[in-house]
Amino acid sequence: MAAAEEAGGAPGSASSAQRRLRVLSGHLRGSREAPVLLSASPCGAQGAAGLPGPATIPKRRQELLKWNGWGYNDSKFIFNKKGQVEFTGKRYRLGGTVLPILKEWMEKTFGASLEHKTLPRATLNVNDVPPSFANEEFLQDLRATKISYSQDPEDRVFRAHGHCLHEILVLREGMFKRIPDIVVWPGCHEDVIKIVELACKHNLCIIPFGGGTSVSSALECPEEEKRTIISLDTSQMNHILWIDERNLTARVEAGIVGQDLERQLAERGYCTGHEPDSMEFSSLGGWVATRASGMKKNIYGNIEDLVVHLKMVTPRGVIEKSCEGPRMSTGPDVHHFIMGSEGIFGVVTEVTVKIRPVPEYQKYGSVVFPNFERGVACLREVAKQRCAPASIRLMDNEQFQFGHALKPQVASIFTSFLDGLKKFYITKFKGFDPSVLCVATLLFEGDREKVLQHEKQVYDIATKFGGLAAGEDNGQRGYMLTFVIAYLRDLGLDYYIIGESFETSVPWDRVLDLCRNVKERIVRECKERGVQFAPLSTCRVTQTYDAGACVYFYFAFNYRGISEPLHVYEQVETAAREEILANGGSLSHHHGVGKLRKQWMKETISDVGLGMLRSVKEYLDPNNIFGNRNLL
Amino acid sequence: MAAATPPPRGAGSHRAGSGAGKWARGGKAEAARLPPARARLGVGSRMAAGPQRGSPLYAKEFTSKKRDDFEDILEERRQSSDLRYAMKCFNPVVYKGLSPCKPSAIKNTVLQSDQVQYVIRQLSKEMGESPDIIQEEATEILDEMGHNIQTRAIRFFALTLSKVFKTLFRKICVNGEGIQKLQQAIQEHPVVLLPSHRSYMDFLMLSYLLYTYDLALPVIAAGIDFLGMRLVGELLRRSGAFFMRRTFGGDKLYWAVFAEYVKTMIRSGYAPMEFFLEGTRSRTGKTLTPKLGLLSIVMEPFFKREVFDTYLVPISISYDRILEESLYARELLGVPKPKESTSGLLKARKILSDDFGSVHIYIGQPLSLRALASGRIDRRPYNLIPRYLPQRPSEDIQDFVNDVAYKIELLQIENMVLSPWVLIATILLQNLPAIDFDLLVEKTLWLKGLTQTFGGFLEWPDNLCANKVVASCLTLHSNIFILANGHVVLNDKDNEGGATEELVFKQALTILMCGSYRNQLLNVFVRPALVSVALQMTQSFRKEEVYSCFNFLRDLFSDEFIFFPGIAVKDFEEGCFLLTKSDVIQVTAQEITVAEKGSTAVSFLSAMLRPFMESYQIICRYLSKEAKEAFTEKQMISGIRNFAFLLLKTESSQCYEVLSSDVQKNALSAFVRLHVVDKMKTTNGVTYTVKKDAVNKTADMLDSRIPVIKPVTARL
Repeated sequence: MAAAEEAGGAPGSASSAQRRLRVLSGHLRGSREAPVLLSASPCGAQGAAGLPGPATIPKRRQELLKWNGWGYNDSKFIFNKKGQVEFTGKRYRLGGTVLPILKEWMEKTFGASLEHKTLPRATLNVNDVPPSFANEEFLQDLRATKISYSQDPEDRVFRAHGHCLHEILVLREGMFKRIPDIVVWPGCHEDVIKIVELACKHNLCIIPFGGGTSVSSALECPEEEKRTIISLDTSQMNHILWIDERNLTARVEAGIVGQDLERQLAERGYCTGHEPDSMEFSSLGGWVATRASGMKKNIYGNIEDLVVHLKMVTPRGVIEKSCEGPRMSTGPDVHHFIMGSEGIFGVVTEVTVKIRPVPEYQKYGSVVFPNFERGVACLREVAKQRCAPASIRLMDNEQFQFGHALKPQVASIFTSFLDGLKKFYITKFKGFDPSVLCVATLLFEGDREKVLQHEKQVYDIATKFGGLAAGEDNGQRGYMLTFVIAYLRDLGLDYYIIGESFETSVPWDRVLDLCRNVKERIVRECKERGVQFAPLSTCRVTQTYDAGACVYFYFAFNYRGISEPLHVYEQVETAAREEILANGGSLSHHHGVGKLRKQWMKETISDVGLGMLRSVKEYLDPNNIFGNRNLL
Repeated sequence: MAAATPPPRGAGSHRAGSGAGKWARGGKAEAARLPPARARLGVGSRMAAGPQRGSPLYAKEFTSKKRDDFEDILEERRQSSDLRYAMKCFNPVVYKGLSPCKPSAIKNTVLQSDQVQYVIRQLSKEMGESPDIIQEEATEILDEMGHNIQTRAIRFFALTLSKVFKTLFRKICVNGEGIQKLQQAIQEHPVVLLPSHRSYMDFLMLSYLLYTYDLALPVIAAGIDFLGMRLVGELLRRSGAFFMRRTFGGDKLYWAVFAEYVKTMIRSGYAPMEFFLEGTRSRTGKTLTPKLGLLSIVMEPFFKREVFDTYLVPISISYDRILEESLYARELLGVPKPKESTSGLLKARKILSDDFGSVHIYIGQPLSLRALASGRIDRRPYNLIPRYLPQRPSEDIQDFVNDVAYKIELLQIENMVLSPWVLIATILLQNLPAIDFDLLVEKTLWLKGLTQTFGGFLEWPDNLCANKVVASCLTLHSNIFILANGHVVLNDKDNEGGATEELVFKQALTILMCGSYRNQLLNVFVRPALVSVALQMTQSFRKEEVYSCFNFLRDLFSDEFIFFPGIAVKDFEEGCFLLTKSDVIQVTAQEITVAEKGSTAVSFLSAMLRPFMESYQIICRYLSKEAKEAFTEKQMISGIRNFAFLLLKTESSQCYEVLSSDVQKNALSAFVRLHVVDKMKTTNGVTYTVKKDAVNKTADMLDSRIPVIKPVTARL
């Protein structure tokens, strides 16, 4: 949640939105220096584009991004000379700060030790990379289209994976058995049509690639795929084609990543408000393909609420609606076959999304509850009264402590005194048990006046459930956790700690039971499988709906002394998912199914449901050109 | 792990056989190789295509238990002050997730619960009554039902029970390991204690035990009849008993309130929940077939995932001598059970001067309901309906609950300590009216060996010579048998004179009393004993025929004894295995032969079952000849009683046990099940009619006049 994170620098100030944008664009400066390579193809797109936006992520992603971990090369957690954790780089607000408590937290939570380190190999060994197979005829045809492509091993490895734990571990220690044979960079919708036609002509396999942030094994190449695999990288289709201020919509190419989209819209005073945790790197097309959800969906809606129109290239042809009516009764909505299709039907090339004026005012907040039960009850009430702020999240006690461990060094004695005082008030005066209490983090957005009014309403409800306002700072740190967690995993991996997050959605009345049971199941499964130190097993309620909530789990453990940590990890993850389903939770709220959760699809949507999807697949793509084998 | 798909289930009729078929596929050629039962149990379950009914739940261990870790809790009581013990600082081990609350708070939660409120609204609509009135009714039900556990009452019990127990019993032994495991279990998850039920002492004993070991005291489901006892009822209520009506099938409100009351306590882990699967005290020493209602209620919070898990703890409580032994025998013979009353309790004081030997409490390994249910429960039904709505359990769930109930009862049997007297009683019943003492000792030692081979949990004092063991048992049970001139004879000092009728009655009384001890052994012996009977009946060596007969008898007696549902072949295998292990029979691929030295054992074992065989034969004869067109159970019982009295008086039968109402009722329900008798519900209650042909046929089969019809699925 980088954007949200950096935005709140001066909560309460009217210019906070502008500041937020400045910060956002601030961490992009690095990439601006290098001029963006525009596709050599004769696409007309740029011409029409009102806003030729420089893309943050270059074609050679490895120049900016880690090849075997999360995020930017220059941003990571390290242990400094004093043995304290520090976050490097200047892209994030956390950059350069020392986090004095984090080390102790790691030791206490995982039994990790600085002395036991396991480092990944420093660079990709090109010799290990499976060779590229592509027949000459196809290459000739491809060259004729003038679409940019590459058979470079690094380029191909980079597009062979998402960010599941096992994928990162493979990068650190091994090599994928199957990776794309060729990477192509279409520059526009027409390019995509040409590529799909070529693939059909030569019977090749296409795997669309957007931001590469998948956590469902969706990007993994099926090992048994014998045909040439084309990784269709949409990153060069990154333009806003037009903005329609009368209807508040924008036509955007699907390859644009979240931060570029928001930045460029902001230059015109607009935003989509769609902020999934991965928005720095994930793409619009990827959001559509996975049915993504954004942190601020309470105001802006999830992707299915944002999309007005879209275009998808399939082997059968291009599918699109004939108009941009805001709602239609024209049979089942074909958009819903496309949203969540995870790349098995085709490639989304252009999307019309709703836009909103950038909000005038933004404010963080937090509430401490005596326990998780009260917290959930409060969120339920907020949802009932339909007064949820842009974001409202409830962290359990473990996660509260986790967040606490990310507190930077305090600047002055006064601040630490103040902290002490606050702690005293909450634990001693109010009698909250520090090992039980939990925290809700809030983000309000809108007119200043309305925000303040809204804030009061929410705090009033919280008070009824024993909640105590706990300041903006705590709220902000809560959101910080979301985006640093991925960086933190890389640090953990260096010290024998593996972990992952997963999510679900569940009816309100089952939220508590589900949270408790899943966490307990994780702890037990770990114990049964010989994990020496109790795992971190924590959750938060991240979204509220009328009829239920989205719950997000973190799970991590120290794997020293276990011979097959990944296997253990996978068994525990599977057990946790079983537990979720047994507790009435869904297979996924927004991560998608991919190949990781395919085994439960039949149970989830029934035989008939699966058959319906299969018949669509059969019609659109009888030869399985889009052969990533997700979902079905 | 696509545990998604529910276990495929066959239709009911096909089910019983499916076990057999599967097993047979396990390898026909190996069928003879030994030990068949053990070896194949594992293979069978692994071979099954899907989760198979029976196999995952039914797996018995034949490891002998550690017999030396029993601790006598009375020992310390005899050495230190009872008052101090009663006033000790009581900080019990409780459930980790417990938020303490008062008994009244629970009642309130129950009343306000969605579940109860829903039923109240429903009823109000149905009956046109105001919800307030129904709510009032619910409150009354709760007040009648609810416990009011208080430390003061517990301390009172701790004091008085210490005194009483020390007078009544020599020792109260408990397995220390069981206590440790229980202690752990109580902290981890909600716990359900499932003791065997042989005496009113059972629940007092258990609460006393938990108090002694500083464990959370249980709340106990008790019959409402206790409330009839002034003071005592209230005292029990304060020590954790809650009261359920014996029948409340039709009363929706009662059912809802009761179920919610139990579930609320489970959900919150308020206290260990205790109830008796058998539903009532077994008057016969045989484990009664389980009642499922309460068990399915306590499981529901787990099915709905309102708790992470629930521990089910089988507990076996056995008495060297049962306090109510003669009361039970009288009751079985038709002398009405004295109503529970305080004055009756006071009158029973005189038993305080008697010696009742020792008590053994074996706390079994806590069973994780989660583990038991793994792969057996389809989660969809629970996911798609709001959890507060009353939901009829699916057939799958019902089967599961039934399986678990039988599993637990089998564990109770397995862990039930048998005293040497149980062996002696068994031998004496086969040697009426008298037996030479030395011969008795010799036979007892032989039976001891057999019992140990069969995995019976025999508590034999190793430091004493066999003579002394037997003599001491006889002393303890001198009300039944006495030693006179080197012979052991029935104690008939009260039987002087009197009419024949009275003599028969008194003889029957003694025999039923004695039988209740033999039955404890029969609980363990029933499978090999049935194989023995089948061997004798068929007079054949062909395994298939023996099995057919076994299967027929097992079916017939499935109300008498505890058989895990559906797995006749496994039971047969087990019986054969045990007999082979003790060198009684030899089994080959097709044949079963009695070993040279095995005929004694075969006769002995079938003699153990003879009272049942003969009783059923007599009942068949009665039904065939005497039964009127349509009759009630009551009419049948008195009819059989008169019929049998006549036989016994004229000495044309020696089967006194047919007088037991227990055997009569069991036979009736077996005959209904086997379609020999038709059951009809009329306005005047339930009546029965006999199908003469079927009765005659059954009688012929029991008398071995015609061979048992081969079950189609018996493929061995």
